[in-house]
Amino acid sequence: MNTMTLDAAGQAEPVQPKAVEQDTVGTQTKVRETVGKPFCDSAKLRMRNVNVFYGEAQAIHDVSLDIGRNEVVAMIGPSGCGKSTFLRCLNRMNDTIEGCRVEGELSLDDEPIYGAKVDVVPLRARVGMVFQKPNPFPKSIYDNVAYGPKIHGIASRRAELDEIVENSLRRAGLWNEVKDRLDKPGTGLSGGQQQRLCIARAIAVSPEVILMDEPCSALDPIATARIEELIDELRENYTIAIVTHSMQQAARVSQRTAYFHLGHLVEVNDTETVFTNPQHELTEAYITGRFG
Amino acid sequence: MQTPTLFALLLLLILVAYGTGFSRAVAAARTSGGLRKLASLPSYYGLHTALWCGLPALLLLGTWLAFDDAIIRALVMNGIADKPDTIAGQNLLYAQVQNLAAGHLFGEASPQVQAAAARFTELRNGSRNLQAALSLILAIGLGAFTVLRFSPQLRAREKVEKVLRGVLIACACAAIFTTVGILLSVLFESLRFFQAVPITEFLFGLHWSPQMALRADQVGSSGAFGAVPLFTGTLMVSAIAMFVAVPVGLMSAIYLAEYASKRVRTFAKPVIEILAGVPTVVYGFFAALTVAPFIRDLATSMGLQASSESALAAGLVMGIMIIPFVSSLSDDVINAVPQSLRDGALGLGSTKSETVRKVVIPAALPGIVGGVLLAVSRAIGETMIVVMAAGLAANLTTNPLESVTTVTVQIVTLLVGDQEFDSPKTLAAFALGLMLFLSTLVLNFIALHVVKKYREQYD
Amino acid sequence: MTDLSQTKLTQQQVRERIEQRLASRHRKEKIFRGLGIASIAFGMLAVLVLFTDIISKGSGAFVQSAIELRVHYDEQVLGIDKVDDESLAWANFTGVIREALRERFPEASSRSEKRELYSLVSTGAPFTLRDRLEANPELLGQTETVWLTADDDVDTFVKSLSDSAEGFRGRTSDQKAGWIEQLMASGELKKRFNTTFFTNGDSREPEQAGIRAALMGSLFTLLVTLALSFPIGVAAAIYLEEYAPKNRWTDLIEVNINNLAAVPSIVFGLLGLAIFINFFELPRSAPLVGGLVLTLMTLPTIIISSRAALKAVPPSIREAAMGMGASRMQVVFHHVLPLAMPGMLTGAIIGMAQALGETAPLLMIGMVAFIVDVPGGITDPSTVLPVQIFLWADSPERAFVERTSAAIMVLLSVLILMNASAVLLRKKLERRW
Repeated sequence: MNTMTLDAAGQAEPVQPKAVEQDTVGTQTKVRETVGKPFCDSAKLRMRNVNVFYGEAQAIHDVSLDIGRNEVVAMIGPSGCGKSTFLRCLNRMNDTIEGCRVEGELSLDDEPIYGAKVDVVPLRARVGMVFQKPNPFPKSIYDNVAYGPKIHGIASRRAELDEIVENSLRRAGLWNEVKDRLDKPGTGLSGGQQQRLCIARAIAVSPEVILMDEPCSALDPIATARIEELIDELRENYTIAIVTHSMQQAARVSQRTAYFHLGHLVEVNDTETVFTNPQHELTEAYITGRFG
Repeated sequence: MQTPTLFALLLLLILVAYGTGFSRAVAAARTSGGLRKLASLPSYYGLHTALWCGLPALLLLGTWLAFDDAIIRALVMNGIADKPDTIAGQNLLYAQVQNLAAGHLFGEASPQVQAAAARFTELRNGSRNLQAALSLILAIGLGAFTVLRFSPQLRAREKVEKVLRGVLIACACAAIFTTVGILLSVLFESLRFFQAVPITEFLFGLHWSPQMALRADQVGSSGAFGAVPLFTGTLMVSAIAMFVAVPVGLMSAIYLAEYASKRVRTFAKPVIEILAGVPTVVYGFFAALTVAPFIRDLATSMGLQASSESALAAGLVMGIMIIPFVSSLSDDVINAVPQSLRDGALGLGSTKSETVRKVVIPAALPGIVGGVLLAVSRAIGETMIVVMAAGLAANLTTNPLESVTTVTVQIVTLLVGDQEFDSPKTLAAFALGLMLFLSTLVLNFIALHVVKKYREQYD
Repeated sequence: MTDLSQTKLTQQQVRERIEQRLASRHRKEKIFRGLGIASIAFGMLAVLVLFTDIISKGSGAFVQSAIELRVHYDEQVLGIDKVDDESLAWANFTGVIREALRERFPEASSRSEKRELYSLVSTGAPFTLRDRLEANPELLGQTETVWLTADDDVDTFVKSLSDSAEGFRGRTSDQKAGWIEQLMASGELKKRFNTTFFTNGDSREPEQAGIRAALMGSLFTLLVTLALSFPIGVAAAIYLEEYAPKNRWTDLIEVNINNLAAVPSIVFGLLGLAIFINFFELPRSAPLVGGLVLTLMTLPTIIISSRAALKAVPPSIREAAMGMGASRMQVVFHHVLPLAMPGMLTGAIIGMAQALGETAPLLMIGMVAFIVDVPGGITDPSTVLPVQIFLWADSPERAFVERTSAAIMVLLSVLILMNASAVLLRKKLERRW
């Protein structure tokens, strides 16, 4: 379903990829390539020349990017720029969409993500995901968090499961709020609590990477601040890729920021650089609010 | 005057009324300076006149036709001095009177019957003449009155719309009338039945043999009306049907909704839905002539005793019939489960089947249960398959290879053919009908309520 | 928030435990998927078996064995000297046929042999001769060769010969079988298209039984149903969708409609029996009563689909018309109803298809009687196609099995035609907003 193209140069050392594409949309007709620092030495996730198609339509054009260990990378860009599609490639959630095709080379700790022999089940246990809208299962709070460990058979005893649930809820900063009502349905929590419950659910299977797809877009500012704090804490143990429509959020939580535009990765750089001194005019236009 | 002629005449009058109303309005518009001077368009004046002319007359005629036979009968029967005590005897006598009046009766008739026949003819002719005269007078009178009262200021459109609205409301209430009609028709006959047979015997008796003896001194003349064997038979056949339909229907819905590609779905779904369009009598034929012999042969080859009409055959075929019912209802509820829940489970590394079993199905459970309850109510009420394949013997058994009988089968056997309307045998069918109606009503009510609540949850 | 990194299990341990269970989880996945495929396959297999069973049983009924005989319209045997209505009614056509049979097979001499011989042709054959003579009076005293319908035992035997060399004998004796084979060899016995099946009403004799009466009965019943249920259903849908205030009364109507849609059909039959026949004293076995009962039964279906069609018309159309000063009634009848009509018609066709296949409630109101005549109106006693199928399915003669299946084939074809036209109508006329 996808072709693996080996890119020896990309593996050995960070070089500028030949991400050159003719942009024919709109009035701007200029040759573009990714500017900034798309690669890093201790890459946890490595993506090279990724193309994604929905049927005939191409959603992602030749994107190459590294995400480093214990790093938070933010992906920003106007809506429809392909940042969510790209994120969903990283744990193969795009497989669930009929007619979606991913090409290019993606690897996690130098093990390929795509390929006939790759099992998505352990892959998704290693690369967890938090979605745009909080989506707790219509079960109790406890069962929500215990769901992952149960299906994967991580806990061998009930006590172990209890401990995993408690630890996950603690890490998600939710334990004190819910410890007295673990048997109440997760859907009864507030929006912000639900999203933290989903984060707790994701970390209960001890993932290495957490993908967050606009995790705060459905939340109020206070709940958002709480989640952002949490992301900062989680960075200690996890590698995090977050898609966000809020530039402020990207600036607050990430070390590096990637700017997507119409399916192209336009610029990747240290977050500070992107927001203070963008190198590409499209990035600058977006940052300064000329479109978005 | 014959009724069809009367109807034709009334129709003609209505058309005339429409034309008169219309032309009055046009004439008024011409003299007073254009259509704008009228409160409504001419056609509404026409309709207004036509409604006044036709509606009351038709209503009168309808009511008359509905009740005249019963009234005439009561009058005629009252005039007969010594009539039989039983309703059946009275029916016979009245039929005699009617036949004599129509000139069909061959042979001698008693003077009493002859007198009654004369009275019948007289009453009937009088009734027909009166109904014709009254309805024509009503139509012409009201029509003329409306034409005379015409004025350009009359808001004809509003009046017409008011009447039409009334008609719409009456149509919408048809459902309520139907329910009330069902309830009344089964309730009254059932009450009469329970006067003859105590309700406790009916509900808890273990023996069912409704054949009433012709003579009181015959052996087994009382007839037994213990319906428990019918209830157990119904339950067994329904249980077998659900045993086939629920897993197959549910699993095919799951496969079509969660696994199948678009191409498989567009092909497989309509093919399975064909099963829903096949008339039940066809299933009955299939069950009786193909499945039942097959099961009997199979059982015999395994050394089991099987009757040629078995609960298994009927239940199996009924299950096949209900598959598309279960699968399309489950398909609806499974598709109503938000994709975000599936994404959540898959994102944690669930396999597809784990997602379905542990997240989608539990979330859709109320809807599925509702659908299954509707399917059960359908299985209980299904008639033709069991009539043709389950048999008539009221066995109290748990062996699906034996023949059993069901509530619906007994209703059919008791009511098909000639019947007297007051024997407990016939009335028993209505008591069974009452049980059937009440149990399916409760099931449907719960099921629809559960499904509705479920829908609201995800809307 | 202390001990954040303190978990008992290391990531490595977690990975290992996940790996351990992978194989069994994937196996379960495969089983589950297999069950799904098996269910679909079972459903499709059921369709396949049902249809092949019916077609293989029923296709034989469209042909019927006939025997070629040289008959002499002998005035003496017939006992008449002129052809008019009265003499035709009295004429002994059976004698003519018997003579023709004796001439063909002179070897039959004993009484029992002759009885065997005479039973080669259908008891309906004399009527064929009468019709011939009535149409051609000059044939009186002449001889002609005619094809006469064979008896059902003969027909069954002939048809079963294609399955096995022995054939299904039943009541057929060896001698009779020999005659039949002789006739077949000489081309005097052939299977011809069974027109009787489409032109006759019911009969006790399979070879004379047809579906015409049942088809006409079904047609009349459906006409009554359509004429009543469509207007009432559409009117009810318009009221509920366009006028009804949201109150308890409307809720009650809604609950009622949904419940009625799931009430067993036989209960409607009880209603018809108690109210229409016993209370209003409408004629038994009549399409009028059948139509009334089926109207009540299909009404919920039609109301529900008509409401869906009305719902599909966007509110903007109503607002536009309302903005022009149209009254509510004008908005509905001039704008909304025409747009919703295709959807309503589709629903009506599906409702009619449902009514056409219905059997149980019609048994209750006496449409199960043995009726030979083709009904001419909605108050004539008649039966309908599904009930005819039910009656034939109960008949012991083997030849009725294939006729039952053939009647089912006719019924299913009509139903498929109706459903296909509903789908076509929806595709062609329904607009997507």
